[in-house]
Amino acid sequence: MHELSIATAVVAQVEEAVRTNGGARVASLRLRIGELAGVVPEALRFSFGLASEGTVLAGARLELDTVPGRARCDGCGREYAVGMPPLLWCDGCARPLAELLSGRELEIAEVALMDASEVARVDSSDARRRDSGEDRGTPRAVSDT
Amino acid sequence: MCRVVDLRQAVLAKNDASALELREHLAARGTAEVNLLSSPGSGKTALLERLLERAVEAGIAVAAVTADLATENDARRLARAGAPVKQVLTDGLCHLEAGMLRGHLDGWLPADTRVLFVENVGNLVCPASYDLGESLRIVLVSVTEGEDKPLKYPTAFGLAQLVVITKTDIAAAVEFDAEAFHRNVRRVNPGVPVLATSARTGAGVDDLLARVLDCADGEPVHRPVYESASATRGTAEAP
Ligand SMILES: Nc1nc2c(ncn2[C@@H]2O[C@H](COP(=O)(O)OP(=O)(O)OP(=O)(O)O)[C@@H](O)[C@H]2O)c(=O)[nH]1
Ligand SMILES: [Mg+2]
Ligand SMILES: [Zn+2]
Repeated sequence: MHELSIATAVVAQVEEAVRTNGGARVASLRLRIGELAGVVPEALRFSFGLASEGTVLAGARLELDTVPGRARCDGCGREYAVGMPPLLWCDGCARPLAELLSGRELEIAEVALMDASEVARVDSSDARRRDSGEDRGTPRAVSDT
Repeated sequence: MCRVVDLRQAVLAKNDASALELREHLAARGTAEVNLLSSPGSGKTALLERLLERAVEAGIAVAAVTADLATENDARRLARAGAPVKQVLTDGLCHLEAGMLRGHLDGWLPADTRVLFVENVGNLVCPASYDLGESLRIVLVSVTEGEDKPLKYPTAFGLAQLVVITKTDIAAAVEFDAEAFHRNVRRVNPGVPVLATSARTGAGVDDLLARVLDCADGEPVHRPVYESASATRGTAEAP
């Protein structure tokens, strides 16, 4: 389960970004995961819950964008969706596809940061909702950006 | 209001940086690293025992690091060949990382080592994502595992620079379909060389050692299509 190692690396990198950019908490983060990156999104989501516990990322919404594998044939110039398992071969030209254009991404695209006043506002509205019985244990709502 | 920060950072950037550093370090001292990947029990240690024996006989300076979750069994087996061998216990981790490997090499790897073999943790999924600074990545598969492994583990096979079939001495007994296997390898990694070996009979071992030494001598190795894309912006080289 290297998804836990990957989640741990994500948490460390985002913590670093929070330190350099300022911010009290991470509202959400978006990762781009290529179809061919060898990472299972569900396993990553589960691991992220564990790895983010007790950090500024705790409770952050994790968005996972899947990036399809695409490749280009040098012979006919066509671009293919390579599929899964990938077919890196052009049947028309009977030759290997020259170049994989996408599909191996394993990238932190962006993070949404809340500053201290925003955190206080979200927490107090959470508390209000809890008091009025609205909260049913759903994840903390994150304001739009 | 939330502030959105555009990060665009590769998740494995830290490992990739350590791997690059290790690759340069090894190149500067004239050592070629070979990363061996396979499922548990495919025969990595058995084949490596034969490779080390042949190399030692031929007077070639080789060394081996073997990584496992637990036990020193593999290092004990490999040490019989007489080459320097080190066991790395990964402490629960299912793969080796470049920085971790470097930590084990510094102060241990003999200066004259021409080839350093690294037996990764038996696992065809996780180790595939971690560059270890190797000059040659070999993916092994035994005839007992079935012909469809390249399709089930496309990342591992897609990134292989050399594919090695092991335990060919029992291929007939398990009805290994070599033709189907080659077809599946070609699908995910067109052009990758495939070598058939048996640690039991010694078949293919000299051929494999010769290829490893060619690589150590700087002969170019196969470049998989998989390698043409990077972990951040799709294609690695900008047009
Ligand atoms: N018939 C036959 N059996 C082999 C051969 N190579 C390895 N084996 C057997 O396969 C089993 C596993 O071999 P190992 O060399 O320990 O495999 P490994 O890939 O190093 O295993 P892990 O390090 O645990 O992942 C052992 O019982 C070996 O005796 C071979 O060439 N022929
Ligand atoms: Mg072994
Ligand atoms: Zn074509």
